[in-house]
Formats: sequence, structure tokens, C-alpha cells
Amino acid sequence: MTTDVPPSLEQQVAELQPYLLKFARLQLRNSDWAEDAVSETVLAALSRPQAFAARSQLKTWLVGILKHKIVDALRLHQREVCVSGTSEHETVDPLEHMAFRQDGHFAERPTDWGNPEEDLGRRQFFAILEACTEKLPPVQGRLFLMREWLELDSEEICKTLAITPTNLYVQLHRARLRLRECLEMNWLKAR
Amino acid sequence: MNVWMRKLPLMRSCKEASALVVAREDRVLQRHERWALRLHLAMCRACPGFEAQVLGMRQALSRWRHYTEENETDVDKGR
Repeated sequence: MTTDVPPSLEQQVAELQPYLLKFARLQLRNSDWAEDAVSETVLAALSRPQAFAARSQLKTWLVGILKHKIVDALRLHQREVCVSGTSEHETVDPLEHMAFRQDGHFAERPTDWGNPEEDLGRRQFFAILEACTEKLPPVQGRLFLMREWLELDSEEICKTLAITPTNLYVQLHRARLRLRECLEMNWLKAR
Repeated sequence: MNVWMRKLPLMRSCKEASALVVAREDRVLQRHERWALRLHLAMCRACPGFEAQVLGMRQALSRWRHYTEENETDVDKGR
């Protein structure tokens, strides 16, 4: 008869590494920065296991540390984080290719999305959300996730990256509209 | 009368209204923007649909944030 040895903290942390890396990549859009942030997270976690002892959710704890490490990385790479390319994908306002008539009114009513989470199931619903986020141009994606995943307010983002609010709002506006487009297409299509 | 009041009833275009709906996710709208948007949404048949999409995204993103921190077992329970 074998006794089940509970996995050590090291093992559990190691198992979650790919998971952490997925989000680090999504947020940082740079593999090197992402790997560094995850390594820093693992190091920090293993160096103070007592900080975890009081908590029951390893994943929650690690994601919390990762978010801090990611903010550090964004600050460190400040200059590169906001360098946009010049592709049309990045420079065009998605509002310009929505279905508006000449006078600026909607040509057709925006679709009712219904309840895609229920229709598709949580996994697929979130998988599409992640895939659409991943498709955003890098600068838009980073700024967007700083708002939506790191939960920073606009002022904190501007401070962290030393950018102007105007610049930030333009990028977030494009990111949100682009995401909307992608979700609409894929949530409705998958239904 | 304020300058912006003179523009009432502010039948701004759907395009402008949509831009405000999106901007509201990241910044506090100015007073005249808030009114213009409210009035437009009250009068327009299409824009509330767009607003619903943006609010739907807001909700989806907030649930996604929690989902990223849950353990798999909790996720399975949620299904």
C-alpha cells in the first residue's frame, strides 16, 4: 500500500509555472520579460513559504506576486512598452470602420450578444476573450491589461510608464473597440 | 446659459456617443459629456445596444480576472 505524499510547495509552484507564464506573456508581450517576471515570482514565493502558510489558494497567492513583478517589469522597460508600430492595425481608429452612416448614426443596430458565457460554457467563453486580447497590437494589449488585469487606474498607468493621459486614452479606446469587434465575431460565431 | 447647454438637445451622432461610452470605461466623463451621453442614450434606439455590449465586456473582464486566480477545481464546480 502506498501512502500519498502531498506535493511539496516547490513542486506545486513548479507545476503552476506555465500557467503564470501564460499571463505574464499576455500582459508583457515579450517572452524575456515574461520569463524574468515568472522566475522572480517563483523565487519570491519559495523564499518566504511562511507567507503562504496562512492562505489556502496557492494560485491566488502566486498570481498576486506575479502582478507586482509585472508592474516592476513594465516600469523597468517603460521606454519600450509604449513604442507603437505603424501598421494600420495600430493607427486606425476602429470606430472608423464600424457601421455608421454618413451622418454618424448607426447604420444597423448593434447586435444583442445574449449570454455568451452560458451559451459557450465558461472555458470557451474565456478562451475566446484571451485569444482576442492576445490579438491586440502589443502596446494596446499591454495598456489594456494594465487596466483590466492589473487593475491599475489611468493615473497609475501614466505614472508607471511616463505617458500622457491623452496617449493612454487613445490606445485604450482602440483596444476596447478592437476587442469588441473580435468578441462579437467569435462569441456569436461559436454559438 | 452655459455654452454646452446651448447645444441641447445634443443629438450628438451615434459615433460620438459610442466614443463616450468607451471612454467612460477609463476616465470620468466631464459634466457636459455625461449629459450629452444620457440624452443621446435616451433618444437613440441603436446606442443602448452598443452600451450593453460595452457593459457586457466590463462584466466579462471582471469575471475573467477572478477566473485567472481560481483553482481548476473551483472552475469545474462553476460549470
